[in-house]
Amino acid sequence: MSWLKARSMQESTIKFISSALVVVAVSLTATGLKISRQHPRMLSADTLSQPAQFGFGRPATAAEIAILDIDVRPDGKGLPGGEGNVADGKAIFQQKCASCHGITGTEGPNDRLVVGDTTKGGARRIKAIGNYWPYATTVFDYIRRAMPFNQPGSLTDEEVYSLTAYLLNANGLLAENARLNAKTLPQIKMPARDRFVPDDRKDGPEIR
Amino acid sequence: MQQSNDRKPVVSSAKISRRNLLAGAAAASIVLVQTASGKAFQAALTASELGSEDPTKVPGVPPGTLGTRSPFEKPTKTPSDTSSRTPLQDLHGMITPSDLHYERHHGGVPAIDPAKYELVIHGMVEKPMVFTLADLKRFPSVSRIAFLECSGNYRGSSDGKIRPQEICGLTSQSEWTGVALSTLFREVGVSPKATWFLAEGGDAAVMTRSVPAHKGWDDAIIAYAQNGEAIRPEQGYPVRLFLPGWEGNANVKWLRRIELADAPFMTREETSKYTEAVGGGKIRQFSFTMDARSIITYPAYPAKVEKGWIEIRGIAWSGRGKVTRVEVSTDAGKTWQHAALQQPVLDKAITTFRYLWNWDGTPTEIMSRTVDETGYVQPFLKQLLAARGGNMGYHFNPVTAWYLQRDGLVLFRGT
Ligand code: HEC
Repeated sequence: MSWLKARSMQESTIKFISSALVVVAVSLTATGLKISRQHPRMLSADTLSQPAQFGFGRPATAAEIAILDIDVRPDGKGLPGGEGNVADGKAIFQQKCASCHGITGTEGPNDRLVVGDTTKGGARRIKAIGNYWPYATTVFDYIRRAMPFNQPGSLTDEEVYSLTAYLLNANGLLAENARLNAKTLPQIKMPARDRFVPDDRKDGPEIR
Repeated sequence: MQQSNDRKPVVSSAKISRRNLLAGAAAASIVLVQTASGKAFQAALTASELGSEDPTKVPGVPPGTLGTRSPFEKPTKTPSDTSSRTPLQDLHGMITPSDLHYERHHGGVPAIDPAKYELVIHGMVEKPMVFTLADLKRFPSVSRIAFLECSGNYRGSSDGKIRPQEICGLTSQSEWTGVALSTLFREVGVSPKATWFLAEGGDAAVMTRSVPAHKGWDDAIIAYAQNGEAIRPEQGYPVRLFLPGWEGNANVKWLRRIELADAPFMTREETSKYTEAVGGGKIRQFSFTMDARSIITYPAYPAKVEKGWIEIRGIAWSGRGKVTRVEVSTDAGKTWQHAALQQPVLDKAITTFRYLWNWDGTPTEIMSRTVDETGYVQPFLKQLLAARGGNMGYHFNPVTAWYLQRDGLVLFRGT
């Protein structure tokens, strides 16, 4: 591999980076802590002399957890009520997102959200929702928590559903007239889903 | 760097001319004492002004409330929109001064009032709990020196004019102090069925990452101190998650919430980002461990050297454990010699190394590679590309070479 070739790959990686830039059973017994053999590291003297609990802190109420607990999981757990549609999403996108992501979600200047035309040069390296994101639920979760970048947390749940619907539709993953809600969103199978593999690097000499 | 604002100079130091001050020794010392802002005064002097005086003939500045860096020393980070890099080539030793620690954030640095700070732990636990900063500090503390590194920490250059700061300046090292996450796990009664936890930040990105629960039981720290003082805002003030040896992004800063679960949450930062193509169309996910790496920080661009004795210096680290060896080549990788490792060599920590070399002035390439206690040998760039189907991306830790030109200029070379 020539250095020049590596260099051009590297540049695209940099662009990519900068554009964004064993459960161990611990059983409590009446006499104190019994720590699983699997975890020799925990057998330090001071750990053993710790009480099972210190009693510091206070119980969290269900209400205060609910305010913070905004995550949405791949199975849809955490999705709120309400729904959205492609047409509304397109309108909101033009108003609140296009300035940074482009009129069609492909032009930038910030992250490309729509795969778009992959026949042009450099298309091989396009990473967008339609070809790189393994779960549709992540689109909702991320927009709701972090976008628009200059006004994070300002969108209503309905707006987020509609924006998610628009972006999925623009990526060819949702019909024009579809309604997106807590039931339909987790059912969308993303094209990149099967490409993801867990880390298989191990300790030792192998280069992976 | 802003001087301390708490000192109100009686006389504005800007208005005092150096000549007036030195008109009489008595007057000078009175003004120096009265300003009570000696350090601000010293910093206001230009380096050439300072250098022209004989410091044995004038009283020095009095003790201050905050230390300062010599006005002759101006190490700086290099900021971009999303990160800021540590000037590795300007540093000595294993600890990164806190104000030179690299930064990488996704929504800017938030301002968090420590009096209002709370950490909520819930999900698959017996008792969901809220901990204030004061609560966290009451628990038994743990402390360790370990590196932190962004997994997107590699750059090259075709003209060679690139410093260690640009190549891999998203690596820094601190002493981190806090409460072991395992202590909090026991406090809330984490279910034995919980295999993952979500860590969430209180910044504008409300950053989230899923972390295997075993890391929480093993060595994760809920850190509130860095190098002996409160964590800096850029590093997560008042509280961050610290995962020794694991990629920077998972060490969620400004930590506000931990939720125990039995599966990963598949957040944007562990799907769209911080994943890497590894060939065959596959994308590797949850690659937490930072592979072993080293770099020569002297001589390195932009340094210019002369023939004769040169102490080659650098840093080496591994997310898998201790660095056991650093090898240095001064003949473009044909032969390798062992470098001396500076003690202490710590687990998952930057270790400094040195190798004394007599350069005869012939242009050559010098490079370092490290071996960790698992037997992992830092690869060349072409080995990494071959292992990952020609892809570059996150977790790129190649051997870095420096070309010494005949005129002594040192330029980056890829491997
Ligand atoms: C002020 C500029 C700006 C605006 C307005 C904005 N974004 Fe973003 N967006 C960004 C930036 C910058 C990032 C990358 C952030 C990062 O990597 O941490 C981003 C990232 C994203 C991503 C993730 C992209 C990826 O591939 O990982 C999505 C999805 C997104 N924005 C959707 C939206 C939506 C929907 C709106 C409108 C409601 C919006 N953005 C408005 C700047 C903006």
